[in-house]
Amino acid sequence: MSLLDVVGVSKSFGGLMAVSDVSFDVEEGSIVGLIGPNGAGKTTVFNLITGNSVPDSGSIRFQEQELVGKPTHAIVAAGIARTFQTIRLFPRMSVLENVLAGRHCRMKAGVLAAMLRPPRQRREEEAAIARAMAELRFVGLEREYAQLAGGLSYGNQRLLEIARALASDPRLIILDEPAGGMNDAETQALMHLIHAIQKRGITILLIEHDMSLVMRVCHKLVVLEHGICIATGTPAEIQANPRVIEAYLGAEDDHAPY
Amino acid sequence: MNRLLPWGLTLLLAISPVVLDTYWTDVLNNVGLYAVLALSLNVILGLAGLFHMGHAAFYAVGAYTTAILNTVYGIPVLWTMPLAGLLAGLFAALVARPIIHLRGDYLLIVTIGMVEIVRIALINNIFGITGGANGIFGISRPILFEFKLTKPIHFFYLIWAVVGISAVLFRCLEHSRFGRALRYIKEDETAAAGSGIDVAHHKLLAFTIGAVWAGMTGTLFAAKMTIISPESFTFWESVLLFTIVILGGAGNILGVLLGAFLLIGLPELFRDFAQYRLLVFGAAMVAMMIFRGGGLLPPQPPRYPQAKVSLEERP
Repeated sequence: MSLLDVVGVSKSFGGLMAVSDVSFDVEEGSIVGLIGPNGAGKTTVFNLITGNSVPDSGSIRFQEQELVGKPTHAIVAAGIARTFQTIRLFPRMSVLENVLAGRHCRMKAGVLAAMLRPPRQRREEEAAIARAMAELRFVGLEREYAQLAGGLSYGNQRLLEIARALASDPRLIILDEPAGGMNDAETQALMHLIHAIQKRGITILLIEHDMSLVMRVCHKLVVLEHGICIATGTPAEIQANPRVIEAYLGAEDDHAPY
Repeated sequence: MNRLLPWGLTLLLAISPVVLDTYWTDVLNNVGLYAVLALSLNVILGLAGLFHMGHAAFYAVGAYTTAILNTVYGIPVLWTMPLAGLLAGLFAALVARPIIHLRGDYLLIVTIGMVEIVRIALINNIFGITGGANGIFGISRPILFEFKLTKPIHFFYLIWAVVGISAVLFRCLEHSRFGRALRYIKEDETAAAGSGIDVAHHKLLAFTIGAVWAGMTGTLFAAKMTIISPESFTFWESVLLFTIVILGGAGNILGVLLGAFLLIGLPELFRDFAQYRLLVFGAAMVAMMIFRGGGLLPPQPPRYPQAKVSLEERP
């Protein structure tokens, strides 16, 4: 049974068809890569899944539950967490507080509890901090917990985004170019991290331009070009697929009109 | 030294009405009222980063609630405080609901409109209960534990007790799940929503809490003045509160208190230069924006002592 079903989803911005009739599914426990040339509509698909924008047509189901029309925070609460292509942390807040943001939707304390501090609120707060520290340890940032997030290196900021996403107890985590701006050693570490996330039973959907990473990590690939899904399959199938090669490298006998 | 300073200042403040004359005690009372109002505005403006320049509207709803309940129905002044807060909060929730998605300057303009509409509605004797431009007079003195508060020194302790309680409660609020949510929203709304925070809901809550406090302060104001009129709740009051928060340090409680002292207390010290007041005020604002954008006391990132313990235990 698939965890996430994207069925015939389309989205246009003005006259531009960003995503057109895209369908794919994500099996529980798998690592699925969404690839394609720049401007193929990959991030748009992510934004549609996470509720940052609403599809014109089609349906997105997560654990048999329709996501279209739900606000972003409700989708996070349902169990889908994401990172952003352009890092979106809270730069003037501490690393720990950034992770606590992900914990927010699993906490209950309201305004009155915050003001009057009953034991329940204190326990919840302490548990949240312990959990956030555990996530920081998981991505290897526990030493930096008190630093401001804006002061971290680029690669560490990406890791912090992952920690924040993990803190919300997701069943599916969506990574938008997690290796962007990382050097080779950091990319290598990221691969281990992605496997470690999968071992925790969390399903992963990722966009990535680093093909060697994608081919080695993913179980299944979905290829987009000009907003259309041109192929799905295992990395080996995709590498042998002539349409994909054409999309990436251009046709072999190119009779361009100019 | 740094630890003793706040206690020293508190002690100094506590004995000041004994030393000072009635006039200066009354000035401190005004500082206290503005301090509570600015603290409540700080939740909206300082924590959530919502440009709200109509706080006097909520203050007015509270003050008029108390005035009407007391003069018409004879309910003791201090008993009306919860209801004044509740009505102001309800009013804020209703008014803010449709405008909560507005950002920055757009929200600013709408809130300015709101405070003006409230003032004009009060002048026009809305529902025939606000007394028009003359306002409402004859509000009775508050009675606390069978003690009738009449002199400025009596009000001094009432008002500053409220300032103290508010500061403590708001500090707890700041360092909680709710306070953090507001600060995430201030930093980056998209990232906050993407992390699972219901942005609109928290903004609305921030407005409501700020308004509840402003409404309760309205009760104190009505009790102290015994006369209230629309003149006390103008756009200028809202601007003054806005400036206290920004100048003192948006998001920092001590900064906001300092701002209240500077903006309400200092002009009294320099009464002789009253005609230059706005000039100095403007120049100070310009200088602040250039040299200290975060206010006199910018907010400090909170510490999490609990985190250190879990760092030491190895996984």
